[in-house]
Amino acid sequence: MIADTETKPSSVLTTAPDFGATGLPQWYQDLQRSAWEASSALPLPKRTDEPWRFADLKRAAALEAFQTAASLDEATVKGLIVRSSKLEKTSGKFVFANESLAYADRPEADGLICLPLAEAVEKHAQLLQEHFMTQDATLGSEKFAQLHKSRAKSGLFIYVPAGVEITLPIEAYHWVSGENSSVFPHTLIVTGENSKVTVVDYYGSASESEAGLSCAVVDLVAGRGSKLRYVACQSLSTTSSNIHISSTLASADADVKSLQVQIGSAWSRTESVSHLSGKGANSDMLSVSVPSSKQQVDQRTLQHHGEAHTTSDLLYKNALYDQSRSVFAGLIKVDVGAHYTDAYQTCRNLLLSDEAEANSMPGLEINADQVKCSHGSTSGPITDEDVFYFNARGIPTETAKQLITYGFAAEVFGKLKHEAIEAMVGQLVEEKFRQLS
Amino acid sequence: MSIEISDLKVNIGDQPIIKGLNLTFPKGEVHAIMGPNGSGKSTLAKVISGHEDYEVIGGKITMDGVDLLEMEADERSREGLFMAFQYPHEIPGVTNANFIRAALQARLPKGEELDAVAYYKQLYAEMDKLEMDRKFTGRAVNEGFSGGEKKRNEILQMAMLKPSYAVLDETDSGLDIDALKVVSEGVNRMRSPERGFLVITHYQRLLDYIVPDVVHVMKGGKIIRSGDKSLALELEERGYDWVLDETAA
Ligand SMILES: Nc1ncnc2c1ncn2[C@@H]1O[C@H](COP(=O)(O)OP(=O)(O)OP(=O)(O)O)[C@@H](O)[C@H]1O
Ligand SMILES: [Mg+2]
Repeated sequence: MIADTETKPSSVLTTAPDFGATGLPQWYQDLQRSAWEASSALPLPKRTDEPWRFADLKRAAALEAFQTAASLDEATVKGLIVRSSKLEKTSGKFVFANESLAYADRPEADGLICLPLAEAVEKHAQLLQEHFMTQDATLGSEKFAQLHKSRAKSGLFIYVPAGVEITLPIEAYHWVSGENSSVFPHTLIVTGENSKVTVVDYYGSASESEAGLSCAVVDLVAGRGSKLRYVACQSLSTTSSNIHISSTLASADADVKSLQVQIGSAWSRTESVSHLSGKGANSDMLSVSVPSSKQQVDQRTLQHHGEAHTTSDLLYKNALYDQSRSVFAGLIKVDVGAHYTDAYQTCRNLLLSDEAEANSMPGLEINADQVKCSHGSTSGPITDEDVFYFNARGIPTETAKQLITYGFAAEVFGKLKHEAIEAMVGQLVEEKFRQLS
Repeated sequence: MSIEISDLKVNIGDQPIIKGLNLTFPKGEVHAIMGPNGSGKSTLAKVISGHEDYEVIGGKITMDGVDLLEMEADERSREGLFMAFQYPHEIPGVTNANFIRAALQARLPKGEELDAVAYYKQLYAEMDKLEMDRKFTGRAVNEGFSGGEKKRNEILQMAMLKPSYAVLDETDSGLDIDALKVVSEGVNRMRSPERGFLVITHYQRLLDYIVPDVVHVMKGGKIIRSGDKSLALELEERGYDWVLDETAA
């Protein structure tokens, strides 16, 4: 049974949210109100917009169909909580169903703040004001970032104080339920000096037969010398749309590794930016996608080196089945004075069907000296030589291709060097294979 | 019980590479093939194991009476054939342990699962015998392996798969002296009345370790001479030019 049936459904893209109804503090409502004004003033992406080259604009325009998510009945919520069990061992787990907190196993550590966004804006206004969406979305989705800002009330705010190490991952599930429902999950992680944390966001649909929208913004603010690991697993229904806008701000000696896993959605647009803003900062940007049928993944990235002696390493891999399609556009930007930068960017596409299509647009903009940069992209099928080696050991061609594809993907998530997450992502990929065969 | 090759003719594109080759090697014996570069030795090995790039335009290959040319490469392997590659392929992302496991799994009836504990026990035992570090189980197949490590890895696979017939293509090339001993011992341990070997090599030295029953000389896409172990010594001393095609007459 769905409560709240009185309000007539209307497009989240064109209808102002009911700011007062959230009951959130005034400063936050004001912020959301101005974000809404900014969002509605911005046009939908156009063919001539550089950040939308090769993009499927029909998909962006079709976002108009999505509506505010209704609150869910108890049975549905219970079912979703049961399904929220990817990692065996966590230091904390939160489940959001249609943006409402459904379950919370709150992590405990000295000075650690780990709260649902709605609670955080109440209790930690100052920290939020300092860090909440301070980075502009510069890779094309400014309109959707503002839309997110105008509606965000779910997801986590995590603040790890200096020196605190959270060993086990913190998990957050973001479920969307109902045809044309939309959610706007937020993740803000701030790590203090020499702290350590691992966070996994999981985006899923309650029903495989419903089309939903997840429009998420993730900001990782990594303090000096901290180690931040972040994973986003997107496994929405295959008719859904996904927008995921993330930014990493790495201070001196901070080490950030982030991984995107794209399994579901008809259309998934990810925009990821890393700002390396202190000597010794490092950001590893990883992504693995396994689109099939007519699924599309659209990936835009920026590695921005603003300081000398910073490093970044990007590895995006897409294993494309059927008539699926990928777009990758990545830029390495090295500012004046950011000498001794090491920046690498690799996009690899494995074409598992003649009809699959991969577009790669790597880019470099270097304004400093003593810089080591490389970018490369490859696209191709599994070769006969690859398969023959398996055949020569008695492994049938179908199994060989699956193992090769798994290996192709595993190389990415192996780089996190986190066994439990590796196993969890591996399972998601294998589930996808099972659906395909 | 043998692999019998008769009047085999193989083209790559339009070019004849193997030109009417006859060779039989039975279970229980080790046969060596020596021959100049480009004479078609690796081509022969790949054709026996079922590589599709090579077009067989004539002749027959049978294994224990069964027509091999009618079978796909993976079927041939499961029927008991093994080939150690001259240049083992690298497979990024697939660990050695998972690769060998998949090969063994492929030999089980549908629905039956390989016993993981027993598998690792056997794998480690074979690796110990070949003096391979355990870390090779978790590394991607042959990726970044040194030349010698790749060759050793081929022998590990052979030891795990226990074939009836094994074709070893220059398994000795790239091995240091100690590794040559270890690998040869690995092969010798597997010698049995139930298993036949075809060993392709350029070096008589290998045949000091793996003593062959028969030595064949391959040149211009044919076996032009066969003899005992002493033929290898003679080749080492005099090269190939003096060997006349005995079959030409
Ligand atoms: N895929 C191919 N395409 C074209 N030519 C090929 C191909 N494979 C082999 N050949 C040619 O066939 C001939 C035989 O090659 P093969 O590799 O069988 O020789 P080999 O006896 O194993 O030599 P080596 O002792 O150097 O290993 C060579 O002339 C080689 O160039
Ligand atoms: Mg050869």
